[in-house]
Amino acid sequence: MSDAVLIRLSGITKTYGSGQAAFQALKGIDLTIEAGDFVAIMGPSGSGKSTAMNILGCLDVATSGSYEFEGVKVEQLTRNERALLRRNYLGFVFQGFNLLARTTALENVELPLIYRGEPAAERHAAARAALKQVGLEGWDHHTPAELSGGQQQRVAIARAIVTRPHVLLADEPTGNLDSHTSQEIMNLISGFNRESGITVLMVTHEPEMAAYAKRVVRFVDGRVDSDRRNGEDV
Amino acid sequence: MLWNTLQLALRSIRRNLMRSFLTILGIVIGVAAVITMVTLGNGATKSVSDQISSMGSNLLMVMPGQRFGPGAVPGAPFKSADVEAVRSQIAGIRLVAPVVNKSATAVYQANNWTTGITGSSNDYFEAGNWEIAAGRGFSEAEERSGKAVCVIGETVRNKLFGRQNPVGSQIRIKQFSCEVIGLLKAKGQSSMGSDQDDVVVMPLRTVQRRLSGNQDIGRLSISVKEGVSIDAVKEQLTLLLRERRNIGENEDDDFRVMDTRQIAETLTSTTRILTMLLGAVAAVSLLVGGIGIMNIMLVSVTERTREIGIRLAIGALEREVLLQFLIEAVVLSSLGGLIGVALATGASIFLAGLIDIPYLFDPTINLLSFVFSAAIGVIFGYFPARRAAGLNPIDALRHE
Repeated sequence: MSDAVLIRLSGITKTYGSGQAAFQALKGIDLTIEAGDFVAIMGPSGSGKSTAMNILGCLDVATSGSYEFEGVKVEQLTRNERALLRRNYLGFVFQGFNLLARTTALENVELPLIYRGEPAAERHAAARAALKQVGLEGWDHHTPAELSGGQQQRVAIARAIVTRPHVLLADEPTGNLDSHTSQEIMNLISGFNRESGITVLMVTHEPEMAAYAKRVVRFVDGRVDSDRRNGEDV
Repeated sequence: MLWNTLQLALRSIRRNLMRSFLTILGIVIGVAAVITMVTLGNGATKSVSDQISSMGSNLLMVMPGQRFGPGAVPGAPFKSADVEAVRSQIAGIRLVAPVVNKSATAVYQANNWTTGITGSSNDYFEAGNWEIAAGRGFSEAEERSGKAVCVIGETVRNKLFGRQNPVGSQIRIKQFSCEVIGLLKAKGQSSMGSDQDDVVVMPLRTVQRRLSGNQDIGRLSISVKEGVSIDAVKEQLTLLLRERRNIGENEDDDFRVMDTRQIAETLTSTTRILTMLLGAVAAVSLLVGGIGIMNIMLVSVTERTREIGIRLAIGALEREVLLQFLIEAVVLSSLGGLIGVALATGASIFLAGLIDIPYLFDPTINLLSFVFSAAIGVIFGYFPARRAAGLNPIDALRHE
């Protein structure tokens, strides 16, 4: 495993609201993630794991602390620079799939490539290849409404990996799926981590899913409670 | 980037056909209504001024009395001597036709028809742009002796004779029998809505003797020579008539001199006001159409906010998202505007034909309603999107 540090969080806090109603979701997170790792973030509801995930994915900004991504201080980036960082280095998979409605699988997968300005022919080829990789060959022209939950999540994974991101961020990717489909999705995700070396960060509250990861970070009450490698003794 | 964004926008329109259709519909109806109303109004104005010029150009009408209703100044009727005086003393006039109007019932066999009887001379036909379709006008001897002859209008022919040729037949008017010697070419409705062809014309003297029983003349129709100032003739006429009617220096005229231009101005200003009213009503419908667009845009904002969140999450820049929504709004509203203009053109041509007025293309109103509709679409399509695109991606994604 490569030991190159990809992500370094130090003293990250996040506060929602202000004054009396203020709620501190993260109370100082220090976390280092190496390239190529597969990290599961676990914890009970309200422990701040999704908040941490959104900050890691540059979808939200921390209230204080420092976040370095490949040596770049994210808190110093502008809104547009964070968007470019997402565009070029990150891929997202959400619990609710978040595909564009009434839009075919192929067009959904193509979308990030359109924003990267890739020519149409290459875009189509890459999107088809990505759909094939997630086992949806021949489903190009189906819209989300015509696909099962598992298939929709596969389209979402294809959309996340089509740009060959450095990091795949998955927020409860199996939260809306039955256990059999969940295992298929997890096999896909860990396959990308193993074969393409994509770093995977995954939020989950199911120990069965966390078992796919190489490292499990447990959040409690806005702090890191435990951090261990799978296979090590507790 | 622009080309990509354009593609994204077009794709989004195609994908949401129902929403796009409803957005367009409001604009289409609004634009079409405004343009159709204003175009028809302009056509009506044109048609009125056309009819006025069919009355005869450079025509002056002199009537006894001033003003109608309360405060009216009565004036003595004109006499034949006035006609002679005008004819001999005023320079620049082509014809003077004395006119007397009466109402009477004309009878032919089993048919009868109440109509206006006009007593005048051959000059009346020329001054009023009348053409004789069949038969002839009055001879000098008939005018002088007041013979019982008449020239009838198309409506009177229709009511009494059907499709038959009336020339040479005898019709009964009151107590006397009158020979039809001519038929006037149809003129249609007048600008005031009355039927100009519902008329029987006889020599002045015939009407004075057999119908009114006096020597009075109701009004004078005066045709001014081409190239002569109408205002100068009016001035001379007023001076002459004041003198003949012994009106003191501080007294008002007890007669009126009107010219066709004046009549035209009065009538076209009326139709212009009507056009503005119709246009205002239609503008309300354009406004309602705009509110419809706003509704649809606001209703779809939840879905659109999530869409914006997705786009931002996968790396779209705020300005790319905004540009896409702007293009979408511009394309939809312009398309709606164009369809509206096309629909209005079709409807205006059809309706103008139906109510028999000319179709006049008015570029100003077409451009104006098009621009207005486009502006509405852009404003209501763009601003909700601008708010959404300014959110943190995660807040946009979680929007319920």
